[in-house]
Amino acid sequence: MGVIETRNVTYTYPGAPKPSIADVSINIEKGEFTLITGPSGCGKTTLCRCFNGLIPHFYQGEMKGETIAAGLNVSEHPICELAKHVGLVFQNPENQLFALSVEKDVAFGLENLGVPREEMRQRVDEVLNLTGIYDLRERGPSELSGGQQQRVAIASVLAMQPEVVVLDEPTSFLDPLSAKKIFEVIRNLNRKLGITVVLVEHRLDLTARYADHIIVMDEGKVVLDGNPHEILCSEEARLIGIGIPKATRLYQMLKKDGLKLGNTIPLSSEEMASLLTEALKDG
Amino acid sequence: MIVVKDVHFTYPNGIEALKGISLAVHNGEFVAIMGQNGAGKTTLVKQFNGLLKPTKGTVLVDDINTTKVSVATLARNVGFVFQNPDHQLFSESVEEEIAFALRNFGFKETVIKKRVTWALNLLGLTQYRKTSPFMLSGGERKRVALASVLAWNPRILILDEPTIGQDYQQKEKLRQFILQMRTQRKTVIIVTHDVEFVAECNPRVLLMRDGQIIADGEATKTLTDTDVVTKASIVPPQIAQIFLCLPNMELPKNVIDVYEAREILLKTLERKTK
Amino acid sequence: MSVFSGLKFRKVSSPIHNLDPRMKFVYVCAIFAAAILFSELLPLVILFLIQIPFVLLASVEREWLRSMRGAAFLATIIFLTNIGAAFFRDGYVFTAPSVEGAVAMTLRFMVLVESFSVFFLTTSPDHLGLALEQTRVPYEFVFAFTTAVRFVPVLAEEAQTIMDAQKARGLELERGNFLKRIRNYIPILIPLIIGAIRRSLELAEAMESRAWGATKKRTNLYVLKMHRGDVVLIAITFGILATAVYARLFVRIPPVNELLRNLP
Repeated sequence: MGVIETRNVTYTYPGAPKPSIADVSINIEKGEFTLITGPSGCGKTTLCRCFNGLIPHFYQGEMKGETIAAGLNVSEHPICELAKHVGLVFQNPENQLFALSVEKDVAFGLENLGVPREEMRQRVDEVLNLTGIYDLRERGPSELSGGQQQRVAIASVLAMQPEVVVLDEPTSFLDPLSAKKIFEVIRNLNRKLGITVVLVEHRLDLTARYADHIIVMDEGKVVLDGNPHEILCSEEARLIGIGIPKATRLYQMLKKDGLKLGNTIPLSSEEMASLLTEALKDG
Repeated sequence: MIVVKDVHFTYPNGIEALKGISLAVHNGEFVAIMGQNGAGKTTLVKQFNGLLKPTKGTVLVDDINTTKVSVATLARNVGFVFQNPDHQLFSESVEEEIAFALRNFGFKETVIKKRVTWALNLLGLTQYRKTSPFMLSGGERKRVALASVLAWNPRILILDEPTIGQDYQQKEKLRQFILQMRTQRKTVIIVTHDVEFVAECNPRVLLMRDGQIIADGEATKTLTDTDVVTKASIVPPQIAQIFLCLPNMELPKNVIDVYEAREILLKTLERKTK
Repeated sequence: MSVFSGLKFRKVSSPIHNLDPRMKFVYVCAIFAAAILFSELLPLVILFLIQIPFVLLASVEREWLRSMRGAAFLATIIFLTNIGAAFFRDGYVFTAPSVEGAVAMTLRFMVLVESFSVFFLTTSPDHLGLALEQTRVPYEFVFAFTTAVRFVPVLAEEAQTIMDAQKARGLELERGNFLKRIRNYIPILIPLIIGAIRRSLELAEAMESRAWGATKKRTNLYVLKMHRGDVVLIAITFGILATAVYARLFVRIPPVNELLRNLP
């Protein structure tokens, strides 16, 4: 069984005329880097809210089916307990920092859990180093750039030592270079610490390369689920209108034109460049 | 036409946001202003409709000095769509929202009616005429905000971060829309981080850093110059990255468009295999 | 919105800033009490002057002068009322003691403003929140307080953006008669209120996701400890208070006008 599993989950927000997600069954394995994508309003964010119990506990509404996160049925456990296992990072960094200094914010979750001070200090320093913001620890949130704020948000979730970190479009307000740095922090968490990462993103150009697993949603349903190389090169993905990375798109077009290129479908410019380099040499 | 002459701007709190900007935007041009958050992009475009006035230097919009007239007067010619539609939507219905500016500008009720219908139609919002803007999705709200500005048909259109939070299809629609504006000889200025979007539109690109313009030119030139691109805290578009990585010296380095890339590669590789 | 820029709190360090806010509060209360004890000018002058070293040590002179200037208007009113009352009471003449009395009343007010401003200028909201928490104020209140401090500047900035967005659509706030001008603010207030509600929902969601309310026994990253500085402050506080009470009970305080007259 995966670390996150949903079984035929259908959920309707209170007062909404139709379900936001319908009959969603997915399975995310421990240690995976999963990318969830799809057009706006496809239900990606709603699905993420199921992972730590915000749905159904915080949002109420009507939920059918089951969500199991870290072995716990989310309907049966309160959010504060699930928060220890599944950390959520939201889109707007500004609205997830409450305290007047970085380290106090990072400690917020631990304070809520009643972690003893010495242990808290140690865990806070550890994640500050991990996300590269140790030097900023005494700053106030208004003294930070958007990228730094988002790193604080990631650090504060990590401090609670969750098995899974779910990030909902964490870089949409950031410039590309800051975004790239955030994605690299996330990748390191996944590769070096073995934390399961679930990333919700539109911008596949920047993120597809990190993924082991991709889930494409459309109109509340999961339409594609599997290996990113295969899925992003498929005709279905193009038709749904998710922004396929340009490198993959170029590969797809050249293949159709009958060019001889290697068979590993590229997801990043580096992968595409090395395929082309090979082809140019062979010629 | 917008002419900016050695403009400096310092905020009341002492932050120097613009440090000597000189620039001319001609009628019918399409310009993308890019750079790090805090580089002064939004501060610069706010000079164009008089929301901010230069501390030093002058800004002329169609030969009018922006310090001499009110924002409302400038706004007749310069439409400004803010990044977040929620910062402007307040009316009971989409229709009312679009009529708001027209009323401020003193249009006649009969004209207002016509303009509202026109704007609703242009952005495919006709079915939401009587709907509250707050009931719409994020993408639709963004379109209402755009329609509410286009309604008075300004000659210059400024869009601040139009692609944030938009999915691929919405961006594609926006691109089509900008192309349409250009056929009407409107000046379009966008402030954005979105390199891939800019690469697809291929406008004139201004790269900013620390209140100064560090590069100005065609997207194919500016976005493929790794040095300035890094200084502006962006990354080259993916196609450019591929070409920059290729060792082959014959290949051009300034390619940003996927179709152009395909043509070039087909030619080169076919020649090789022959 | 420059009013709000002062609220953007920045961490500063000085011997005064580092003092325990609880002790500083006791100090403010002691000054307060001492000022109430006296209506004579001389002790109030002393009370006013002994706080200046604190201002200098904390190097907040500029901010302090600003708050003093802010109090000037009220101080003038207090002075005029007092002197006016004395003028009528004494039969339409200004006497030296009545002028001195009015000055003393004004100065008493200034001493109160001074001590409070020293407290607020040198105590970070963060520190204050911590002090409240450790004096057993329920955490919900403390959290509401620090969150307010955190978000007031953010909301002020948002209000500015909304104003800009509506101005760009031809809204002229200063146009029309009084009622029209009030109505002009509707397009600014509605987005601001809706934005604040949306923001609070997002905040609540983020709080829930960080185990808000997991346990009754919440811990805290920081702890307030008494340092040597705090002991010194307490000593000074008691010194001032004891001297004040002693002086009040056993010493005849000479009026300043008498002292001046007796000068050689």
